[in-house]
Amino acid sequence: MMHSLLYEPWPWFVTGPAIGLLYFALYYVGKRFGISGTYKTACSMLGGGKFADYFKINWKADIWNLVFVAGMVIGGYLAGVVFPNEVGVDLSAATIASLEEMGLSSYSETMIPSEIYTWETLFSLKGFIFIVIGGLFVGFGTRYADGCTSGHGISGIANLEYSSLIAVLGFFIGGSTVTYFLIPIIMKL
Amino acid sequence: MKNIRLLIIGVAFGFVLAKGEVISWFRVYEMFRFESIHLFGVIGTAVFVSMFFNQLIKRSKMKDIDGKIIEIPKFYDGIVQYLIGGTIFGIGWALTGSCPGPLYIQIGYGTTVMIVAVLSALLGSFLYGLVKNYLPHKHK
Repeated sequence: MMHSLLYEPWPWFVTGPAIGLLYFALYYVGKRFGISGTYKTACSMLGGGKFADYFKINWKADIWNLVFVAGMVIGGYLAGVVFPNEVGVDLSAATIASLEEMGLSSYSETMIPSEIYTWETLFSLKGFIFIVIGGLFVGFGTRYADGCTSGHGISGIANLEYSSLIAVLGFFIGGSTVTYFLIPIIMKL
Repeated sequence: MKNIRLLIIGVAFGFVLAKGEVISWFRVYEMFRFESIHLFGVIGTAVFVSMFFNQLIKRSKMKDIDGKIIEIPKFYDGIVQYLIGGTIFGIGWALTGSCPGPLYIQIGYGTTVMIVAVLSALLGSFLYGLVKNYLPHKHK
């Protein structure tokens, strides 16, 4: 049991409730559940206030945000390097078929495609779109929507907010369109 | 002390999202094609448990660890900014395979090239700050 919790991917019915507990833990220590705000804090800290009023905030009051970020990186390190998974991703047959069609097969050993997310591919058109353009859209979109999967998808929906429902609808309009139509084209580049 | 608590919650959050394959590009690809329950199950049960705590916090007027009554903030009403912003984020989510949290977590996980994606997301956030006043919003 302990071994599989450390060295194997968790099923959704363990992961989801664990996220719910952390939602509570954050409120209990006096913070709120939302990750994308950390990018605003970082922009302010790096001097964004000189260019836009949006970043003229007292980032020192939000420094906890960046401590939280450091924690996340350490958590990722524990999960990927200290206790690496011994198996790949158990995807559905339909997904596997479409991945193989695009020449992606690293799902059998890793959860992030080694065909795309490397320093070598970063300098190809394909890698540039997936990593650099993708990151730009994540940053811009979550600031415009004022939240991401944690802030809207979990916190907002749990608070029964109509605005969050609209945002989540947007996530899927953008995400599914790109996944069905654009990714197969980018993979051919 | 406060920061140590948050560091610990952050470590737990990073570990949970990584072990739960929330940081997996493959899982995100699968979710956007509606081909598995996995990430829908993760988000669904996370919402369910969070909703329970949300109600508990509000109904019992619960106090946080410092004795302050916990307030759960609300988003502004509106459609345009959430729909357009959400769609733009969705595009980025599908491309990077990550929401903002997993971008950080993937770096620790060993996919160090995601440092570039984080910098790019910072640039995206910065660009938003520059053009914010020209975009349709319900609020200022």
